[in-house]
Amino acid sequence: MIEVRTLTKRYGSFTAVDGIDLTVPSGELFGFLGPNGAGKTTTLRMIAGILRPTAGTIRISGIDLTAEPVAAKDRLGFIPDRPFIYEKLTGIEFLRFVAGLYRQRGPQIDRRADELLSLFDLHEWRNELVESYSHGMRQKLIISSAFVHRPDVIVVDEPMVGLDPKAARILKELFREYTLRGHTIMMSTHTLEVAETLCDRIAIIHGGKIRAMGTMAELRAASETGAGLEDIFLSLTGETAARRAIDVLDA
Amino acid sequence: MHSFSLLTPKWLTARAKARRGAEGRTGRWIVFAVVGVGFWTLVFGIVYRILSYFKNVPEIGPLLAGKLLGLVLISFFGLLLLSNIITALSTFFLARDLDLLASAPVDWLELYGAKLLETTINSSWMVIIMAIPIFTAYGIIYDGGWWYPLIAMAAFVPFLVIPAALGSGITLVLVNVFPARRTREILSVITMLAAAGVVLLFRLLRPEQLARPEGFRSLIDFITLLRTPASPWLPSEWVQTGVLHWLRYEGDPLPFYLLWSTAAAFVVLGAFLHRALYAKGFSKSQESRSKGTQVGATPSRRSLPSMLEITRSELVRKELRLFFRDTTQWSQLILLAVLIVVYIFNVRFLPLQGPGVSFLLVNIIPFLNLVLAGFVLASIAARFIFPSVSLEGRTWWLLRASPLAMRDLLWAKFWVGTVPLLVLAVGIVFATDILLQVSVFMTTVSVGTITLITFAIAALALCFGTIFPQFETENAAQIPTSFGGLMFMMTAIGVIGAVIVLEARPVYTYLSAIAFGTPVNTGELVAGFGAAAAVCLTATFAPIWMAVRRLEATER
Repeated sequence: MIEVRTLTKRYGSFTAVDGIDLTVPSGELFGFLGPNGAGKTTTLRMIAGILRPTAGTIRISGIDLTAEPVAAKDRLGFIPDRPFIYEKLTGIEFLRFVAGLYRQRGPQIDRRADELLSLFDLHEWRNELVESYSHGMRQKLIISSAFVHRPDVIVVDEPMVGLDPKAARILKELFREYTLRGHTIMMSTHTLEVAETLCDRIAIIHGGKIRAMGTMAELRAASETGAGLEDIFLSLTGETAARRAIDVLDA
Repeated sequence: MHSFSLLTPKWLTARAKARRGAEGRTGRWIVFAVVGVGFWTLVFGIVYRILSYFKNVPEIGPLLAGKLLGLVLISFFGLLLLSNIITALSTFFLARDLDLLASAPVDWLELYGAKLLETTINSSWMVIIMAIPIFTAYGIIYDGGWWYPLIAMAAFVPFLVIPAALGSGITLVLVNVFPARRTREILSVITMLAAAGVVLLFRLLRPEQLARPEGFRSLIDFITLLRTPASPWLPSEWVQTGVLHWLRYEGDPLPFYLLWSTAAAFVVLGAFLHRALYAKGFSKSQESRSKGTQVGATPSRRSLPSMLEITRSELVRKELRLFFRDTTQWSQLILLAVLIVVYIFNVRFLPLQGPGVSFLLVNIIPFLNLVLAGFVLASIAARFIFPSVSLEGRTWWLLRASPLAMRDLLWAKFWVGTVPLLVLAVGIVFATDILLQVSVFMTTVSVGTITLITFAIAALALCFGTIFPQFETENAAQIPTSFGGLMFMMTAIGVIGAVIVLEARPVYTYLSAIAFGTPVNTGELVAGFGAAAAVCLTATFAPIWMAVRRLEATER
């Protein structure tokens, strides 16, 4: 479970995240949408314990992230948008290292790591250095690392970037099944179709504030357009963008 | 678009950095200015004194001054060539702007011109900074006149261009010959071996003999040696001849013709080579490493003590794996090994045997030797420990999002860096003490002191590396030369100096008491050694504490 109260992040005079409140209960897959620069990544990085909030509180499985960071992070897995990992470790070594950070090792971890590598077609690459992996393979390895220690909560920033259709499909199933087993996933994405079909609830952030939050049905009901997620998203974040593109091309 | 336009983003970036620096970092610039002026004054002062002495030696004085300039220039040429080979790999093949330039309609000659200029500037600035006080000292001592700076520049500019064109050409050929992406690693090993070879050769030649003419059979032999051009086909010799002829009021344009025509010829040849090989080499350098990479020997799961807690043992294992699998890191050990050989070689040839050498001198020399050993250790720590936090920059998200305490991360880095440093420090100090046959007391003092100094140096390196991180750097070799690296070296030298000063009095008192048979003042010994130990322990724990605080507050 993730509980966020009046979460704020300021960089000097610029407010990136402006007092947002949200709760993601156990067993829910929560979509976090917004245009570029809206505050999505900043929010997710605060929830993952990478950035410190200027104000507000974050609780992971009921544990205050600021007061007890180690205990809170023990229950957390994070998948960043850019797959930067140690180039000189092999795939299996990287997974063992991540498990070690969560004080876990042994045959169970090895078995789990092998299962995850096999799931993403990386098993035959398990003993190759990460530097020989493609962008998509690195992304798959990072996704595997977030699951290797079986966290209660997984925070994901743009999971579909760089994945091939098969891996994207596997990931969607993995997320779905993981939440069905009582875990929590909070995911940002620009792929509205994925959010629409996969997420239990969706929040749309713009200018650091949450503009809408709820199930698809609730969002439709609240929206004047009453159409799909793309129309709702554009109506909340600036629907004139497509019109401007045409103007520029015709100019 | 011409070559200068291609470099516009670089100028703009440098300007933006300088402006940003000027806005919020005045203190930093003041320290830079003070250190820079201090360095120039030091180099100028040393060269000025040597040349003043040479000027007053009849007959061989000017020859010695020429020989000195020749030695300096040939060292510069070697440095420039190596530096250009390495830099050209980044500028021509690995730079981030190359994707954009390769996909844009940029003429090959313009690209070559821009990248050659960038390579020359990036590789030469340090040599230029070193050369300014040296050439200034020559100009003042030998009364070079108002035109002298222009003459020196006319000789030095082609001297910088020749190794740049040559180095770029060598890199271009290497990239085409070696497997893609391994070139950088192969180059780093070649460079380190070459640098090690040059240092070793230079030391084994024992250039100090030149300052001892009594070692030659006759004065004629000595003068003949000095008059003989060391390397008539090298540009360093042409610069030396051109500058010295001007200082002796002998108009000789030949060296300048040679320098400029050779530089022009190398640039033209380099351009042709670039046209023929660059496209293929660039394409090859963009390929990622293929599957089947051999993983080097690393500590197995059972080789680390089981008493280490899981997270710490994984951290230590990770640090060791990354170090030994990164050729650019471990290859520096080659140079390190040579430095140690040279160090012990120097001690071996100290004239401390024979009549007239007292017990006091034999025992004080190894004590002062600790300063040199400490300096070597600080240089090694700057190379290996200082960059360790910066190197986590791209994977910072993983460590920060995990339940890892920053204290554990830093202590893992501390021990991985300190243990080999300690073995090395105790090894060289003990070996030199044995070679010099010093007393048991001095051996104990020097080994104890170097142990405590090693802990302090490692902690300081980690602390300054954390306070002044270079998270965005792509080249680990450049991290130690940053502002933080400079601050670390200055602080480390300060700590070494303080420890030696604090221990000097009790050491002298004890040795005097032994030599002259007077009673030993125990209180003075305890106070001196206690204060030195307190300085070292403070310089160990306080920096680690500061680094932990800083790391916990780091956001990126």
